Amino acid sequence: MISFRQIFKRSQIHDDLAEEIQQHLAEEIESLVAGGMNRRDAEFAARRRFGNTTLIEEQGSEAWRMPNIEGWLSDLRFALRRLKASPGFTLTAVTTLALGIGANVVVFSVLNGLILRPLGVPDAKNLYQISHGKNGGDAQAYPDYRDFRDRDPSFSGIMAYKILTAGMSIDNATVRSWGFAATGNYFDVLGVQPALGRFFHASDEHGLGSAPYVVLSDDFWRRQFGARSDVLGKAVKLNGHPFTVIGVAQRGFRGTDVFFWPDYWMPVVNAEQVTGWSDFCCRDHIEFMVMGRLKPGIAPQRATESLNALAAQMAREDKKDDGLTLRVREPGPAGNENDPVKKGLLLIMLLAGLVLLAACANLASIFAARAADRAGELAVRMAIGASRWIVLRQLLTEAVLVSLMGGLLGSIFARQLLQSLSSWQPFGDFPTRLLVVPDASVYVVAIGLSLASGILFGLLPARQVWRTDVVQAIKTGYVWMESFRRFAMRDVLLAIQIVVCTLLVTASAVAIRGMERAMHVALGFNPQGVTVAQADLNMAGYTSDSALPAQKRILEQAQAMPGVTVATISDDMPFSGGGGQWFVYRWGTTDFVPAHMSFAAATFQVAPGYLHTVQTPLLAGRDFTWHDDKNAPNVAIVNQTFARMLYGDSTPIGQKFALWATAKYQIVGEVEDGRYHAVGEKPQPMMMMPLAQGIGGYMSTAATVLVRSKLPQDQVASALHRMLSHELPGTPFMVRSWSDSVDLSLIPMRAITVVLGVMGLLAAVLAMTGIFGMASYSVAKRMKEQGIRIALGAKRPQVMLAVLGRPFLLLICGSMLGLGAGLLTSRVVAHLGSLATPSDPLVMFSVCLAMILIGVVATWIPARRMLAIDPAQLLREA
Amino acid sequence: MKQPMVNSRNTEQRDLFRGALEMMVLQSLHRQPMHGYALVQHIRQRSNDLLQVEEGSLYPALQRMLRARLLTAKWTMSPTNRRVRTYQITAAGTRHLEQEMSSFEQMMKGIYLVLSPAEG
Repeated sequence: MISFRQIFKRSQIHDDLAEEIQQHLAEEIESLVAGGMNRRDAEFAARRRFGNTTLIEEQGSEAWRMPNIEGWLSDLRFALRRLKASPGFTLTAVTTLALGIGANVVVFSVLNGLILRPLGVPDAKNLYQISHGKNGGDAQAYPDYRDFRDRDPSFSGIMAYKILTAGMSIDNATVRSWGFAATGNYFDVLGVQPALGRFFHASDEHGLGSAPYVVLSDDFWRRQFGARSDVLGKAVKLNGHPFTVIGVAQRGFRGTDVFFWPDYWMPVVNAEQVTGWSDFCCRDHIEFMVMGRLKPGIAPQRATESLNALAAQMAREDKKDDGLTLRVREPGPAGNENDPVKKGLLLIMLLAGLVLLAACANLASIFAARAADRAGELAVRMAIGASRWIVLRQLLTEAVLVSLMGGLLGSIFARQLLQSLSSWQPFGDFPTRLLVVPDASVYVVAIGLSLASGILFGLLPARQVWRTDVVQAIKTGYVWMESFRRFAMRDVLLAIQIVVCTLLVTASAVAIRGMERAMHVALGFNPQGVTVAQADLNMAGYTSDSALPAQKRILEQAQAMPGVTVATISDDMPFSGGGGQWFVYRWGTTDFVPAHMSFAAATFQVAPGYLHTVQTPLLAGRDFTWHDDKNAPNVAIVNQTFARMLYGDSTPIGQKFALWATAKYQIVGEVEDGRYHAVGEKPQPMMMMPLAQGIGGYMSTAATVLVRSKLPQDQVASALHRMLSHELPGTPFMVRSWSDSVDLSLIPMRAITVVLGVMGLLAAVLAMTGIFGMASYSVAKRMKEQGIRIALGAKRPQVMLAVLGRPFLLLICGSMLGLGAGLLTSRVVAHLGSLATPSDPLVMFSVCLAMILIGVVATWIPARRMLAIDPAQLLREA
Repeated sequence: MKQPMVNSRNTEQRDLFRGALEMMVLQSLHRQPMHGYALVQHIRQRSNDLLQVEEGSLYPALQRMLRARLLTAKWTMSPTNRRVRTYQITAAGTRHLEQEMSSFEQMMKGIYLVLSPAEG
């Protein structure tokens, strides 16, 4: 019935009514004049009869009034006027909330993008991953997958895929590309449809090499094929083998991995062609992600049980499956309770929530103080009949207005940040994405947070309004505050801020200390000044048997490059982002099944001189020579952890171990421990084999050229580029500085450090302003009282204690509590790969120092004011 | 909410029950659309000068009925060539009038029965 338009039509209504009344009077006058009265008398008579025209106009307009909406609108106008009148306060409050809410929006959006949001497939809730039980990983062997698919009754369909990398030749150019080698039923199990052409199906698989098809991702299709629709039927080459493009996936379909978005999908029966690596032979080649859809009515728990029953049966049939345990879980970090990304994000979400809580506590005390300043005015309003609810509504309107402005500003900043984060590709052309652009649920959370925080800090001061004694409040000089003796709401609010602040300062101190340690950790090699080029000779048409001469030739070319001090070649290097592991068995093992292995060791195949080039000290024994080749006995160099795990304290030189029945090794050298994948990792066993010997006869086609030079990095990089373009024409390769690769592995820790640092700083500023506010308020209100005490002979320290004792007591108690909570939180931070622990004395010391500094800085000005009291003048003023 | 009031000329002021003025206005407009002055005249004539509608009550009542969409109003020219705001009853207004009339009749019947001399 009532439209908002009517509110704004008010003046129109009023004008109409006024004119109508004038016309009415004129008509009356005319009729009186026509009846014989003179005009002057007629005018008076008409007016007398009509009555008070202004009052009638008012009463007429009143019919249109909407008390609730209009009351609220006038509250809004009043709130805006008040905020405009104190721009400093408004700016501070809005900025505080923008930071608090913005931080929460960013963290929630990342959490939402990586964990809460399901994969972009239909009915994603019913898609489950089959992982290893206990602390095992996710990767499965293909023959095991086949058993799950054919023999397990709980799934309606199970598919598998693995990530592969290959050089894709399109027309005459070759690019590095990453794709999924997927089982034929991959798309059908997921239930997705192509945007163009068709997908491959189980019916396309007729044995090894029978389905040379690729399906392109939408992104890759746009990037490499210019989004041309005549791409269907086009021939491309993967590592030199011809494939036909049969389809393009829909834009929203990005595969089944949260971080890795494949460039294309190809049938797994053709993967061996491309990688030269057999997937189907062995139950210990574990490379496949396995996902399936449960039959209706079957719970994941039941599926886990039935899979484990199957696994036990499989173990009886094939010893390699001995000890195989499985579990069914949600795919991605969401389903993995130990996932570090998930743990870290949940922790940061919690801390971000605490920052917002501290911000609300801070604003609540400012709002309470502002409401206290208006005590007289509000009391008068209540005395002349405003209900408490009306007064409260006005206070709440102001608070919610501020919080919505803060939320809006915070969301805008958050969106900017998240957009740049989403388009960020940290690993060069490796298709990793963080899909964290906010969606509807993020905005709902942002609005919810803004409203909730507005109501939270608006309602706390409302307690005062509720308890106001109107008669007392109208009197001048009334102090609208609870007694200074008792602990009041303000103290609790301040304590919350201090606790949160200490907690965050502790957490960020731990993170910063960990980062600082990470910078100086012994890597076991020296990446400074080393430039790396990585290529796979497979992409240039070399095979396992023909790669070695090319690798040697490339090494010679690299060594001959001007300005190069030393150079070496290997299959891979630490911190490359990849890296293989092999199961190690004790000498004398006869059954080479995973249940009997000692451990899995990081493995590198290196050329002679590798140790010298990367500057890894040889502790005992000898380096490899080119004579350690296929015709010589198998030899290996191991690190200290490897040696200790297999042989205890005795020297490893001359000891033996095995990888499988025909791959047995004698150790000829021992090197220092190092880091291989992450700076924060625990010591790991590592072994090196001669590049010329391969592993159990298997020769790597990978070529990682490491060049140490004193020339600037870009010069070395372009020289390497020229050399490889000449040696391996048309083959994609990647050149980068080794230090950059190491830095890349620090990104998660850097991110955590920056996030905790920013939040810690924010909390510190909040605590500081909170303490400052309380101290200055306390000084201002008790100035006169203390002036009298001084006049009566009190010493200044006594006065100081009386006034500033409370804030300092709160600071000390709050800090202790916060430090305790911080120690607990930091345990989680330490788990996330940080090298520092909260019990680090330097951390404790710096946190205490920070809190003392915050206290001193915040009370400095109020204390100075207190000390400068001149009792004579103060008493005169009163 | 103010009660609509009607003056009865030459006698003491008497409050009419709530809704009487509205009913009379609606009934008058139901015959033909009119402007405010005409309404006052119309009610006075129809009541043989017994009822004089007070302008101070009429205009707020018209505004209330406009808002409740019982009436519509538009500016027109009167036969005496004067710009006047003419009111017209809406379908909702007609329905409202019928309801009020029937409940009014019920009430009058009741009052009459109570006030009439007891029989037998």
